Amino acid sequence: MEKFVKHTGNALPLRRSNVDTDQIIPAVYLKRITKSGFEDGLFAAWRNDPAFELNQPQYKSATVLVVGPDFGTGSSREHAVWALQNYGFKVILSSRFADIFRGNSQKMGLLTVILPQADIEKIWQEIESKPDTQITVDLGAKTVAYAKTTLTFDIDDYTRWRLMEGLDDIGLTFTKIDQVTRFEEKRLSFKPKTLPIR
Amino acid sequence: MGKTLAEKIWSEHVVAAAAGEPDLLYIDLHLIHEVTSPQAFDGLRLANRKVRRPDLTIATEDHNVPTLDIDKPIADPVSKLQVDTLRKNCAEFGVRLHSLGDVEQGIVHVVGPQLGITQPGMTIVCGDSHTSTHGAFGALAFGIGTSEVEHVLATQTLPLLPPKTMAINVEGTLMAGVTSKDIILAVIAKIGTGGGQGYILEYRGSAIRALSMEARMTICNMSIEAGARAGLIAPDQTTFDYVKGKAHAPTDGDWDAALTYWKTLTTDADAKFDKEVNLNADELAPFVTWGTNPGQGLPLTASVPDPDDYSNAEDRGAAKRALEYMDLKPGTPLKSIKVDTVFLGSCTNGRIEDLRSAASVIKGKKIASSLRLLVVPGSARVRLQAEAEGLDKVFLDAGAEWRSAGCSMCLGMNPDQLKPGERAASTSNRNFEGRQGKGGRTHLVSPLVAAATALKGTLASPADL
Repeated sequence: MEKFVKHTGNALPLRRSNVDTDQIIPAVYLKRITKSGFEDGLFAAWRNDPAFELNQPQYKSATVLVVGPDFGTGSSREHAVWALQNYGFKVILSSRFADIFRGNSQKMGLLTVILPQADIEKIWQEIESKPDTQITVDLGAKTVAYAKTTLTFDIDDYTRWRLMEGLDDIGLTFTKIDQVTRFEEKRLSFKPKTLPIR
Repeated sequence: MGKTLAEKIWSEHVVAAAAGEPDLLYIDLHLIHEVTSPQAFDGLRLANRKVRRPDLTIATEDHNVPTLDIDKPIADPVSKLQVDTLRKNCAEFGVRLHSLGDVEQGIVHVVGPQLGITQPGMTIVCGDSHTSTHGAFGALAFGIGTSEVEHVLATQTLPLLPPKTMAINVEGTLMAGVTSKDIILAVIAKIGTGGGQGYILEYRGSAIRALSMEARMTICNMSIEAGARAGLIAPDQTTFDYVKGKAHAPTDGDWDAALTYWKTLTTDADAKFDKEVNLNADELAPFVTWGTNPGQGLPLTASVPDPDDYSNAEDRGAAKRALEYMDLKPGTPLKSIKVDTVFLGSCTNGRIEDLRSAASVIKGKKIASSLRLLVVPGSARVRLQAEAEGLDKVFLDAGAEWRSAGCSMCLGMNPDQLKPGERAASTSNRNFEGRQGKGGRTHLVSPLVAAATALKGTLASPADL
């Protein structure tokens, strides 16, 4: 995973709530067996509409997505995170993320920042009136800064450390693998196994 | 202070815990399918890792597979490559796989319980958000992303922060024609699609206790639609009777030991939930969604709401967008809405009891000539059981299509899709824009409402026939 320390970029306002992962990437785009090439499926159904924000030239270079509440609900497909990253997004700002989507983004180094809806509204207004507004998201300082405004956000220290170091979770768990083995020795013997019966 | 059921199962699976870090949780069962696993197996190969516990891992083909001509090669080359990749990965890493055509093939959340491999007190994960289904057995079961699939394959554990707990108390008695699907649609309408975020739900109360195992699975299945990663129900005699005798159920002395343990799996009387929600089962009616998220639901007797009646700007905007997409006008009685396709199936309502209840309404009648009824059993075993009971004949005689097992039109990843503008009454779990096919419109319903709608041509309950 790539380290995330600080990112500055243009932002795209998406004034929609409940953007589920079927909207982020429809199921028909999930058939690839790699983690790349999903950018074509990003918001596929909406991209036919020339008025859709992603099609607006002023937001072409956006790397920060600013979206309404309950982003990433529904299906657990990590392809939603890959599609956003493949397209070029580095940070998502919203007042609420779905649990599984947020977990997936944190595994892949796509930063999901939770801000109060009132702040999201102000950022929308700012980037709609001045699309070249630069937003800086500093994970070390836990701040989001644009124009003359600096906002702080919360993230648990463990996830923050992992993201800033670009650490692979599996590698971290392998440092505790002896504890896993000891746990397995004490598991209840009647728990089922998947091996074929007879 | 006592513990809730979720807290009990959680604490019994903690391998390692440290202040300021997530708990490392042991996973008892890992279910795999073709769509969310290829990149995880690739990751193992790149890092030269193996599957730590193939004996706690099982795979099936479901999301992508056709429900017609399953004896022929898969026509879509991209789907075929994904299924072939699963077969290759399972062979290489020693994972048991039930392929298309195999008698144990089916939707992963139907297969686990029918094999008896889903049992109380377990931790169960799958790269699919409807893994919450298995919570019906008093298991802690939740969907994960592909990075986590790789983590479980490699270590049989997951690092997770403990969620909060929420009790959903449903007291009373359901009226005839009201099902567990209506309970969960009413719960989601009440707490919203984000209401369960950060929580594990525990469904409790007399109305829940009275439900069969399959009806309980329908409720737990849609926990994710309320935003909760997991939902569970304490195991009781209904659970034990269902598990007993299944292929992977404990036997002899193991059964006695298991039963003794399972009986401890209840929320302690002095335990405290972080939140409680109450629902009166007596007041529930058949439910249907009118919008594009599962929280946008109402009793079938209601009319399409007016967005301007919402005080909250977000809800108002969402309702406006939803009505535009659904091509519905405020004030239209829901029962007057004409439907083009009825889909009976999915991990929510594709089990034998669901097929039986729909067949009981349809038996001896013909579906409306204006629509198609697609019946897709949740697993090959469900299909065989239904055929043994003559249910296939009931559906075929009525003019329905009788298909092979898979996720099918629930997510429209295989050829079973709605056409743009087509309207469906569906027993599945998501009415998102385009979920069942680009431009398709979905109304979520119970199998009873699906069956009545298929006969009438407009949204209906059996009482309307």
